[in-house]
Amino acid sequence: MNFDKISRRGVLKGTAALTIGSALPLSSALAKDTTVGFIYVGSRDDYGYNQAHAAGAAALKKMSGIKVVEEEKVPETDAVEKTMESMINLDGATLLFPTSFGYYNPHMLKMAVKYPKLRFEHCGGLWTEKDPKNAGSYFGYIDEAQHVSGVVAGHMTKSGKLGFVAAKPIPQVLRNINAFTMGAKLANPKVTLQVIFTGDWSMPVKEAEATNSLIDQGVDVVTCHVDGPKTVVENAARRGAMVGGYHVNQAVLAPQAYLTGAEWNWEVLYPRFVKMFTSGETIPNFYRGGLKEELVKVSPYGPMVSEAARKQADEVKAGLTAGTYVIFKGPVTDNKGKTVIASGVARGQTDPELEKMDYLVDGVIGATS
Amino acid sequence: MADPGNIGLWTVPLAVLGGAVRVSTPFVFVSLGECITERSGRINLGLEGTLVMGAMAGYGISYLTGSPWIGVLAAGVTGAGMGALHAGICGLPRVNDIAVGIALMLFGVGLAFYLGKPLIEPTAPRLPAIDFGWWSDIPQLRAALRINVLFIIGVVLAPVLVWALRTTRWGLIIRTAGESADAALAMGYSVNVIRLRATMFGGFLAGIGGSFLSLYYPGSWNEGLSSGQGITAVALVIFARWNPMLCLAASLLFGGAAALGPALQSVGYSHGYHLFNAAPYILTLLIMIVTCSPKRTLIGAPAELSITR
Amino acid sequence: MKADVGAPVTKAGVGELLRLPPFGRKFGGAAEYVVIPALALAASLILFGIFVALFGKNPIDLYFYMYQGAFGTWFSWQNTLTRAAPLILTALCTALPAQLGMVIIGGEGALLIGALCSTSAALAIPDAPPLVVDFAMAAAGMAGGGLWIMLSGALRHYRGVNETISSLLLVYIALAILNYLVEGPMRDPTSLNKPSTREIGVANMIGSIPGTDVHWGFVFGIIAALISYILIYHTVFGFAARVAGGNIRAAKVVGLSVGKLILIICFLAGAAAGLAGMMEVAAVQGRTNANLAAGYGFAGILVAFLARQNPLAVIPVAILLGGIGASGGLLQRRLGLPDASVLVLEGVIFVMVLASDTLYGRLSFFRAKGS
Repeated sequence: MNFDKISRRGVLKGTAALTIGSALPLSSALAKDTTVGFIYVGSRDDYGYNQAHAAGAAALKKMSGIKVVEEEKVPETDAVEKTMESMINLDGATLLFPTSFGYYNPHMLKMAVKYPKLRFEHCGGLWTEKDPKNAGSYFGYIDEAQHVSGVVAGHMTKSGKLGFVAAKPIPQVLRNINAFTMGAKLANPKVTLQVIFTGDWSMPVKEAEATNSLIDQGVDVVTCHVDGPKTVVENAARRGAMVGGYHVNQAVLAPQAYLTGAEWNWEVLYPRFVKMFTSGETIPNFYRGGLKEELVKVSPYGPMVSEAARKQADEVKAGLTAGTYVIFKGPVTDNKGKTVIASGVARGQTDPELEKMDYLVDGVIGATS
Repeated sequence: MADPGNIGLWTVPLAVLGGAVRVSTPFVFVSLGECITERSGRINLGLEGTLVMGAMAGYGISYLTGSPWIGVLAAGVTGAGMGALHAGICGLPRVNDIAVGIALMLFGVGLAFYLGKPLIEPTAPRLPAIDFGWWSDIPQLRAALRINVLFIIGVVLAPVLVWALRTTRWGLIIRTAGESADAALAMGYSVNVIRLRATMFGGFLAGIGGSFLSLYYPGSWNEGLSSGQGITAVALVIFARWNPMLCLAASLLFGGAAALGPALQSVGYSHGYHLFNAAPYILTLLIMIVTCSPKRTLIGAPAELSITR
Repeated sequence: MKADVGAPVTKAGVGELLRLPPFGRKFGGAAEYVVIPALALAASLILFGIFVALFGKNPIDLYFYMYQGAFGTWFSWQNTLTRAAPLILTALCTALPAQLGMVIIGGEGALLIGALCSTSAALAIPDAPPLVVDFAMAAAGMAGGGLWIMLSGALRHYRGVNETISSLLLVYIALAILNYLVEGPMRDPTSLNKPSTREIGVANMIGSIPGTDVHWGFVFGIIAALISYILIYHTVFGFAARVAGGNIRAAKVVGLSVGKLILIICFLAGAAAGLAGMMEVAAVQGRTNANLAAGYGFAGILVAFLARQNPLAVIPVAILLGGIGASGGLLQRRLGLPDASVLVLEGVIFVMVLASDTLYGRLSFFRAKGS
């Protein structure tokens, strides 16, 4: 960021000027507490997506001068607009984190236009230049952590069959499935991954059925991408399968069966954002990162994980953390035989093509529609 | 050596069988309980709330006491309490029992979510299952034949209820109250008390059905546990013609239909899984259309049941 | 409704209906209709206060925040009215068939089908002027929702299938259809992470009532409620419906075509919910996706019952329930109450209002003045 330009530019024109624009009301706010608002689409203690965000919010509560207000179970309708306004008007929130994907368009964008002096940070949204400057989106490349988890799974599976319980075939989910599979294939090129789509983000009975179906098929390592992985983890462990966690660390639910997991690291990111906000620094509108930027992390290895698995997983993790390792590099074929990434092409994590992923890589049994 | 787990397309019927047993157990209990309640002349639509309350109570008590069976009992008692509430309000003159049912559904679900907040994270001890497939080394068959104890209780309960309704004194009293309130009064019984007891019994069973969800399958407490199972069980009772054995069969059918989607996906057929999710409801509707007749709106229905008037 | 042996006949006979339309009753009767629900409401609030106190919260704080969150500031009012808007229409979906004695709880399904139909209509004529598009959307939404509930009514009339259960099953079926279409044939290819249909276009969106943040759906809801009230209580058709609802045999004897009544009323009921679906698309979301299944249909059932199935009473009750929902957020943030507390309160109110049914005609205070 070019600080010369900021001192010369006028107020509220262009991205750089946002720093001044957001600093003006803050100069009075700095004197008292900054109120940060969090909005969750589900229950805060779902052992999954929302709990990860709540953990991040909890990290903020420990900071001095920061007050946190939270509301959970807010549906992705105009109710969330009213919730945001309520937090702004009645609680004096100046920084808001609506954490569910569906809050972004049109709800958060409407609020961002209506309250140009406040800041709205959205998890998972795709901010573009057309969107308001006081809105931003951040997301973690959790597929990197799933990739490492896949490496471990590939080592540990005895049957060569892995299983994945997924909610919907959207790019973020497909990316996780593919990264996991490709990691497993590094350890064992002959593994297959069976994916079952339940149809929605939180369907405990369907998730249990899917887990059981997978294990009936001979799968012995299961992971998932649903809002609340507790059902999958517990049911898989009960059937004697091994488990890869997601969103948060579920090891306490299945201490013996838990191999490792892909977790969010919001406890590091949110304090970072808030410090930037309170010191007047602009939070970049489009913020992405993976293991390197500490937005995601890999769970500690469970007791069952073998030495060989740990070694290879650590290697891959180190490569990802250093930024030298590329998961999606060609040649990559999908499970219908088509080449989706040509040989020699390396799609780094920020490559926008990855955000449009609509295929399942070779080795995955299942279809996206 | 041949992979015993690779049985190709046979996976699907086995998975449906296993799923039928697993998914149908709450339906079995709720529909048997509602069967008795409706035989006494009252319809309890609040069983969804009762089911969820039972699930929450069962999970909580199991966690606190360390015994899943005490949890099941607690779930039953909670269900009986909800049933008593339903009967108590419906017993007042001029009160519409369908509306009360919907109200208690809302109340029960809300209360269960409210009280169950601290129960989402901990893990409670679970109910056991009996491995009827120990003789096989095909994992799918063994999984399908791993039958939980509550299901077995339910299967035994159905013919017991048939026998009880037909031959015991209580069965006769309940059926009389359901067919004609005047006749029951003439016999010297208070219709309200009979219905109170029948509704409490129905609630007791529904609570146990709920405890199955949280203590066995899916086996944990959270707020998405039930998706209308209470109400669809009431539908099952109607198209099972108020016969406990048919309630059992209908529940199994329903459970199998619900397991069809994931079973098909696991062998690779994943097109249109949303419509498979709706399969149980479509099936229920079709069967109701076929078996109901406009002449006698509900053949075999207890005459005192408000939905027949 | 059950008739207990020995209790006075409580079902309204044809004669009674001829003399006393509910809202035109004499002084004592009208007072009863307002005071008894008010008593029930007060009792529920007290009970809820006690409930919350058991968990260590101050009930006075509770009442204060409920008021502040629902009606305390202009912003709260807008929150309340926005939430009330769809509820009025989905409540009509239950209230209208109730005149016939049918209990239909399928408003959620009709809303979703209406949303799908109206979105399809908008996407089919992308180049038409906005007013035409909005009109087409409303027509399509009402037609789709109407047919959905009419199906339930038809099943009741022609096959004797209980409408409560069939309408509920249709809700789940509608949900599956919505998910299937939104993720499949109707999916917008750019809506990657949140499967949705294509947008209907900003120009076609319905705005807010000037000076407020409340969208026009609220006004349409009020109009629909008024039309329903006039239809039911001041037309021959409505009268025929109420007669059929009171006593089907008498209706048939008198020569009323019960089947036609059922089908038309069910269509109108579904049309109301379908219109709610259309408003959600046109005024809030701009497209159809899984977010539309937000429980408005089920909340509408509650509103209808609390309003004693009277279309006019639906309006204040919807506002009341909207207020309760609006205050829920504040209760979460200020008192740390879980969001389920709103459900508990609604359940308690519902139960108390239904239980208070028994007081009608039994309180001597009113009997002296009443008919």
